[in-house]
Amino acid sequence: MTPELGNFALALACCLAAGQAVLPLVGAQRRDPRLMALAPALAIGQLMALLYSFACLVDAAIRDDFSVQNVAANSAAAKPLLYKITGVWGNHEGSILLWALILGLCGGAVALFGRTLPSALRARVIAVLGGVSAGFQLFCLTTSNPFDRVWPAPMDGQGMNPLLQDPGLAFHPPILYTGYVGFAVPFAFAIAALIEGRVDAAWGRWVRPWAVAAWCFLTCGIALGSWWSYYVLGWGGYWFWDPVENASLIPWLTGTALVHSAIVVEKREALKIWTVLLAIGTFSFSLSGTFLVRSGILNSVHAFANDPARGVFILGLLGLVIGGSLLLFALRAPRLTAGGVFAPVSREGLLVLNNILLCSICAVVLTGTMYPPFMSLLFGRTISVGKPFFDATAAPMAIPLMAFMGLGPMMPWKRAQLWPILRRLWWAGAATVLAFAVLVWRVHDLLPLLAATGAVWVIAGSIADIAERIRLFRLPLGASWQRARMLPRAALGAALAHAGVGVGVLGLAAMSQAQHRIVEVHVGQTEMLAGDAWTLTGVRAAPGPNYTALVATIEVRHHGRLVTVLHPAKRTFASQNQTTTEVAIHTNLLSDLYGVLGDRHENGTDVTYVLRLHYNPLAPWMWLGGLIMALGGALSLSDRRMRVGAPRRAATAGLAATP
Amino acid sequence: MTAAMRRLAAMLATVLALAVGLAPLAAIAVDDPSEMLSDPAQEARAEAIGAQLRCLVCQNESIEDSSAGLARDLRHVVREHVARGESNRQIMDWMVDRYGNFIRLKPPLTIGTVLLWLMPVLALLVGGVVAFLSFRRARGTGPAPLSDDERARLTDLTRPR
Amino acid sequence: MTEAASPPNPARRRLLMAAPLVVAGGAGVAFWRMLSGMRQGSFDPHDIHAPALDRPVPDFALPGLPPAQGFGAADLRALKAPVLVNFFASWCIPCVAEMPQLNALKDRLPIWGIAYKDKPAEAQGFVRRAGNPYARIASDLSGMTAIDWGVSGVPESFLIGPGGIIRWHSAAALDEATARRTLLPLAASLRS
Repeated sequence: MTPELGNFALALACCLAAGQAVLPLVGAQRRDPRLMALAPALAIGQLMALLYSFACLVDAAIRDDFSVQNVAANSAAAKPLLYKITGVWGNHEGSILLWALILGLCGGAVALFGRTLPSALRARVIAVLGGVSAGFQLFCLTTSNPFDRVWPAPMDGQGMNPLLQDPGLAFHPPILYTGYVGFAVPFAFAIAALIEGRVDAAWGRWVRPWAVAAWCFLTCGIALGSWWSYYVLGWGGYWFWDPVENASLIPWLTGTALVHSAIVVEKREALKIWTVLLAIGTFSFSLSGTFLVRSGILNSVHAFANDPARGVFILGLLGLVIGGSLLLFALRAPRLTAGGVFAPVSREGLLVLNNILLCSICAVVLTGTMYPPFMSLLFGRTISVGKPFFDATAAPMAIPLMAFMGLGPMMPWKRAQLWPILRRLWWAGAATVLAFAVLVWRVHDLLPLLAATGAVWVIAGSIADIAERIRLFRLPLGASWQRARMLPRAALGAALAHAGVGVGVLGLAAMSQAQHRIVEVHVGQTEMLAGDAWTLTGVRAAPGPNYTALVATIEVRHHGRLVTVLHPAKRTFASQNQTTTEVAIHTNLLSDLYGVLGDRHENGTDVTYVLRLHYNPLAPWMWLGGLIMALGGALSLSDRRMRVGAPRRAATAGLAATP
Repeated sequence: MTAAMRRLAAMLATVLALAVGLAPLAAIAVDDPSEMLSDPAQEARAEAIGAQLRCLVCQNESIEDSSAGLARDLRHVVREHVARGESNRQIMDWMVDRYGNFIRLKPPLTIGTVLLWLMPVLALLVGGVVAFLSFRRARGTGPAPLSDDERARLTDLTRPR
Repeated sequence: MTEAASPPNPARRRLLMAAPLVVAGGAGVAFWRMLSGMRQGSFDPHDIHAPALDRPVPDFALPGLPPAQGFGAADLRALKAPVLVNFFASWCIPCVAEMPQLNALKDRLPIWGIAYKDKPAEAQGFVRRAGNPYARIASDLSGMTAIDWGVSGVPESFLIGPGGIIRWHSAAALDEATARRTLLPLAASLRS
C-alpha cells in the first residue's frame, strides 16, 4: 500500500507544481496579491508531498518490499541497512525522484528565506521553479516511475553493484545533485528578471548567495566523486575526463564564472546581461549533462542503464526549459540597460578576464565531450576524445587563470594602476619565483611545473590580500588583529576559496610525480618504492556480510622504522559474481601510500600475490583543496551582507543604472 | 535488426549489465607483472603509448586502465613492438591501421577535427572580441559616472542644511 | 578615443543575444536526430568503423579446429566466389543468438568461421550444438589474427570478395533483415 501512497503523493506534487508554475505568474502579471501569495504555499505543499513520496520509497527499500520493481532490481535482503537507504538513489528512477525532491527543497527554501524579496519577483522565481519541478515529476511518473510493482514478487532482490556499496558514493549523489539543482534558483531569478525586464544591484545581491551555495555543493560533490574513484577503483587515478565527470565540470566552470560576475552586478551594475546568460547557461548545462548521459548518446563508465525512449522525453523537457529560457533571453535581454563603466585594468576588468578564461575552458571541455557523437552524426566516422586531449588543451588554460587570480582581489574597482598592486604583491611574487626555482630542479614536465608555480602564486596572493586588508606589519599587531576581526566574512571567504584552488592544484601537480610498481611477491618478500620498503607479511581470508574477502597485510618501513601497516583486500560478491578491490591508503597529508591486492597465483605449492604499490605525493591536497574552496564559499555565505533577501531593493538603484 | 532481435539484444544487455554491474571497473588493470617489460625505460614508453590508446570495448578507458581481454592483448602488442625497438609513431600507425582513429584518445588533426583542436583559441578569441566590443560601446555611451568620492561629495553638497 | 566609439547598433545587439538560442537549437536538433537514429538502429554512437573495408585480408595462417580444416590469407585470396568470414567464441552470448541466422544463410553463402580466443574443445562443442554453419573453421587461440582484422569483439562478420578483398563488415550479430537487404544482394553482385 505504501508504494501506492508514494505514487499518489508524487502525482499530487506534480499537480501542485503545475499550479505553482501558472498561478503566481498570472498573479505577478496582473499584480494580484492573492494569486502571488499562493506561490510560497504551493511550493511548501509540493515539498511536503515530495518528502512523503520519497519517504515511501525509502520505506519500501528498508522493508525489503521486492514487489516494488525498483527495490527488487537494486536491493537485496542481505544488504546492510545504510546501503538499503542510500541504494534508493543509486539507480535511475530513485535518483530522478531525489532530483525532484531537491528541486522541491529549492522552491521551499525560496519560499521560506525570500520573504523580503519584492512579492512579484518572489512569485515569479517560485513559479519558474515550479514549472521545472512539474516537468521532472511528470518525467518521473511517466517513464521512470520508482513505484512500479512486479508480480509475482521475487523472493530476493538482485542486489546492488558492490562498487556502489561504499559510504563515499552513498552520499555523493545527494551532494552533487544539490549542486546541480541548486543552480535552478539563480536560473529562476534570471528568468524572473527577464520577464520583469529589470536587473540591478539588488538583483545581483539576491542571486549571489544562492549561486554561492549551489557552487559549494557542486564543488564538494565533484571533490567527493573524484575521491571515490581514487580509493574505490583502485588504480590511483582520480579524474578520467569521462563524460559523466565532464558533465559535472562544465556547470562548475560556468557556475564559478557566475559567482564572480554576480559580484560585478551587485557592486557595479555591469555585466548584467552576461550574468543572466550565465545563470541560464549553468542550469542548462547541469540539466543537459546529467540527462544526456542517461539517454545513451554519451556513454560513460559510470552510466546508468540507457534507454533512448527516455531520452526523447528528456530531450523534449530540455528543449522546453532551455529553449524557452534562451528564447526569452533573445527577446528581452536587448532591453536590459547597460551598466557601470570601468577601465580595462580594474577589478571588473579582471573579473571579465576570469569569465572569459573559465568559459573558454568550459567550451573546450564541452566540445571535447560532445565531439564524438556529432562527428558520428555528421561524417559517419567515430573518433575518441579522451584524457590525453583534455590534458593537452583544457588543463593549460588554467595557468593564465591562476596568474590573474593572484591579482584580482587586490584590484580596486573601476580603474586601477597595475604598478602599486604589483608592489604590494612583491613578496608573493618573490615566493612564487622562489618556488619556481626550487621546482624547476625537481619537476621536469612543463605543465605540472607551471601549475605548481601558479598554485603557490594564488595561495601567496590570497594571503597577501588578507595581510593587506589588515595592514599586517604596518600597524601594531594588536591593531591588525582588530582589523582582522572586523574584516567582512565575504572577503575572508573569497581569500580562503582562492587559497583552496591553489591547494587543490598543488595536489594535482604533485600527482604527476607519483610513482607506482606492480610486483608479484611471496609472503615475506620486500619490495622498494620511493625509498620505502614494502613487505607482504601475510594474507588471510575474512568473511563479510554479503561477500568473502582476501585480506593482505603489508608493512611499510622507512629506513627500518615502521611507517604503517596496510590491509588491502579483494572482495568477492557471490550474488553478483563480481570482485572488488579494497584499496588500503595510509596518508600523512603530505603523501599517500596506496596498496592494492591483485591476483593470487598458485603454482604447485608456490603461492604468489600480485601487488600494486603507489606513492602519491600531496594526493590528499586535491580533495582538501576542494573542501577549502567549499568552506570559503560557506564562510562568505555567513556574511551578514550576503544573507538571503536581507537587503531591500534601494529606491535609487535605478539611478545608478542610467549614468 | 528486427524488433524481436532488438528486444533480445536489449534483454541480453540488461542481463550482462546486471551480471557485471554498472561498470567494468572492479578489477585493477595491469594485474600481472609478467606482462611488463624488464627495461624500466621501455616499460615507461609502453605505458605512455598505452595511455593514448582507447580500450575499444570499454567506454572511456585507455588500454592501460582496462581489464578487458582485448585491452590486455593490445597492451601485449604494444610491449612487443616497443621491445622490437619501433618508434611511437610506428606503433600508433600499426594500431590506427587496424582500428582507425577511434583507437586514439587524442584524435589527430584532420579536416573533421579542426573545430575540436581550434576550440581553445576560438573560445578565447570570441570571448575577447565580445568583451572588447561591449567595452568600447560602454565607453562611448556617455561621461563616466561619478566615483564614490564624487558621489559622497555631491550628497554632502546637496544635503539640505 | 571616445570619438572612435561606435554608436550602439540594435540589430547587431539583437543578433548577439539570439546566438545562444541558435546554438542550443542546433544542438537540440542534432540530439533529436541521434536519438531517433538510435531507436531505428541507423545510428550507433559507439560504432567503431574499422578501416578494414575494401582492403585485401591481412596476412595470417591459422590451424583448423578439428575435424574442420583451417585456412589462411592465401586461401581467401585464391577465392573465385564470395565467402563470409565470421569470428565467434563459445563464451559469447550474442554468438549463440546469431547461429540460427548463420545456419539459414550457409546454403546461399559459404561461411568460414574463426574461433576467437576459445579452447578447441569448447569451440568444438559449441559448433556441434549450434548445428555447424561453417564450411571451414580456423582457431585463433591468441586472438592476434582478430586484432589484425580490426575485430573488437565477437561476433563480427566480413564478406570477402574474389581476390580476398573485404567488401562488407558487421560488428554486430547478423540478423535476418541485414542478411536479406544488404549481405545477400552484395554477395550476388560479387559473384557475377
